[in-house]
Amino acid sequence: MPFNAKSMKFNANINTVEIGTGDKAIKIGGENTFPFYTFDAPTVNAPKVGIEISDMGLANEPDCIKAVYAGCESVVDMAKKAVTFEGVDFLALKLEGGDPNGENKPTEELVELAKAVAEAVDAPLVIEGCKNVEKDAELLSKCAEALQGKNVLLMSSKEENYKSIGASAGLAYNQKVGAESSVDINLAKQLNVLLSQLGVNSQAVVMNVGSAAAGYGFEYVISTMDRIKAAALQQGDNTLQMPIITPVAGDAWGVKEASASEADVPEWGCVESRAIDMEVATAAAVLASASDAVILKHPVSVATISKMIKELA
Amino acid sequence: MAKLTGIDIFKLTPKKNCKECGCPTCMAFGMKVAQGALEISKCPHMAPEAIAKLSEASAPPMKTIKAGVGETEITLGGETVLYRHEKTFVNKTRYGVNVCSCMDDAVVEEVFAGIPKVDYERIGERMFAEVINVAYCEGTDAAKYVAMVERAAGMSRTLVLDVKDVEVAKAALAVCKAQKPILNGANAANYEAMNALATAEGVVLGVSAANIDELYDVTAKLEALGNKNLVLDATGASIKETYAIAVQMRRAAIKNSDRTFGYPSIVNLAKLAKGDLHLQTALASVFTLKYGSIVVMEKIDYSQALPLYGLRQNVFTDPQKPMKVAPGIYSINGGDENSVCLTTVDFALTYFVVSGELERSGVPCNLLISDAGGLSVLTAWAAGKLSSSSIAKYFAEFEIENKIKNRTLVIPGKVAVLKGDIEAKLPGWNIVVGPNEAVQLVKFLKDMNA
Repeated sequence: MPFNAKSMKFNANINTVEIGTGDKAIKIGGENTFPFYTFDAPTVNAPKVGIEISDMGLANEPDCIKAVYAGCESVVDMAKKAVTFEGVDFLALKLEGGDPNGENKPTEELVELAKAVAEAVDAPLVIEGCKNVEKDAELLSKCAEALQGKNVLLMSSKEENYKSIGASAGLAYNQKVGAESSVDINLAKQLNVLLSQLGVNSQAVVMNVGSAAAGYGFEYVISTMDRIKAAALQQGDNTLQMPIITPVAGDAWGVKEASASEADVPEWGCVESRAIDMEVATAAAVLASASDAVILKHPVSVATISKMIKELA
Repeated sequence: MAKLTGIDIFKLTPKKNCKECGCPTCMAFGMKVAQGALEISKCPHMAPEAIAKLSEASAPPMKTIKAGVGETEITLGGETVLYRHEKTFVNKTRYGVNVCSCMDDAVVEEVFAGIPKVDYERIGERMFAEVINVAYCEGTDAAKYVAMVERAAGMSRTLVLDVKDVEVAKAALAVCKAQKPILNGANAANYEAMNALATAEGVVLGVSAANIDELYDVTAKLEALGNKNLVLDATGASIKETYAIAVQMRRAAIKNSDRTFGYPSIVNLAKLAKGDLHLQTALASVFTLKYGSIVVMEKIDYSQALPLYGLRQNVFTDPQKPMKVAPGIYSINGGDENSVCLTTVDFALTYFVVSGELERSGVPCNLLISDAGGLSVLTAWAAGKLSSSSIAKYFAEFEIENKIKNRTLVIPGKVAVLKGDIEAKLPGWNIVVGPNEAVQLVKFLKDMNA
């Protein structure tokens, strides 16, 4: 007696959003099934993997990342090297040095850097802000202007600053807008509605619905993503049909499991291996909960997750 | 069969309104049974066929299977939903380590030596490799295999015997049946003999097959033989096929009420991603969310364990019961009796976020966690579980004033309103209002020290 499989293919789709230009451009989203449910319908666009570098270069990075980029003298050198690693679909440049409570680098300097990186690599580019809403409003708007024609994704448009980032990236300079909310389906939906009321084409929006490292309140992340995909596909809610991008690196590398030194906790073993495992476990879980793209830090994590996607998609 | 409605049940009653069940009418009785408020057997006039039909329809969609004994007994399956937000996941994924009779002695030694190394506690839960999968490779020395099983049986873990040869299985069971292992042995070719063995020894039988149709077929045949003490091995030829089997099994059982697939699953990553430990971690994470009951890996050291056990603890929490940390004094960055005190609630997520930021600040301090019913700061305050009295009570109970000489206490910014009351209840203490968000703590503590 064979198994009577019942398909769960939906009539609704997640929007397809293209980032980058030319041969290296990537498409994220587009699916009409739950993640990797290839037995319901074939994969439309497999999830994409990005590698993250920072404007701060290697200043704040752990030793293993310093080793990865050994020989690189500038952030542009790091960018060139980063895109050559196996499995990298796009490059994420994090402008954390702009934080007024940190380095407080001037906007012009960071925009110049973003331009230099965009010139140096042909991989699609994602720009992440510094997490300060006022500074990001200015910084990301200026980046949108400077990178015109590159079709980049500008992350970190939040409820507090979506007007400036949405207007510049989404309306004036025809880039893609990353709508960032914090682990709540209603907040994610509200921000998407606000952006569309501003006039931003919903086909140009990618959501970052917030994340955490595995073990750190991660149940909220999973349930938020599961519910968003269910609303988008099962109920056809077009205010939630934007693809989801999840920056994993920041959360995963920040927890003590990934950062405590071998001298402090000898029984835990190699810190590099721990950081990679925390990063891949978190990334795999958000992909299984329907993220369409993830941003990672270590090349081994990128290669591992890329391989996993190839196996599953 | 789909769940019966009150009307369906009413049709099966004698419709006499005899009131012997305690309900005024047979219709009312039917409604109560459908809601699960009454047992069908409360009706003395129900025909036996009707009771059989009803008990089948009201049986849980996925069976709960137990293996192991005593402290190492594990409960698998029993799930009722596809997503944790729908209700809750009931029985957590169990992680296991694989040993095989085809391995070199040195490797076997290394695997066995590695098993007890990871054993720690995280928010009140013991984290360790709970399962040992002892695999028998066709054509290898059966005596060596039995010796491996015997050794594994002495390690206080639940065993899975991955063996398709009936004679070898018999020999292996002889040395470990007291441990109630899972005999993952049945397939299309040998299911009758394996079933007889598992039934005679009273152990759970694992079923494996070449593909999903065969798995369904063999499971149906075993059920026809009367064995419903089963676990289904979802491991297919590829990662993709395994994922397809694991998801479709669960979906068939829960959504389409197909009880033949209503059993816990085994996923063997040691077979699917041999040699690639990071890929095994990634896949273990996927199968923790997507329906693996037992996930077997080549090894579990801290690198794998820390993220996976944390993830599992998150995923299998009951959404209605928040995770709590134990109230107490948590010293951070070597904080001692002279270090500044900060207080917050016992909600695990709050604790993790706050303690993480405090660690990042590098400032020695004491984090005082009081019992706030596992709620977040504002919710606990609104529910009256975080108040000046609750803090004063906690100070008395834990004898804070005797243990700590520093007299500065930082309270969460969100409950700044409590400052005056706390000052009144804790004379001699300098009460400082902290930031609203944990992420601002680093700057706050640095400024405070400056």
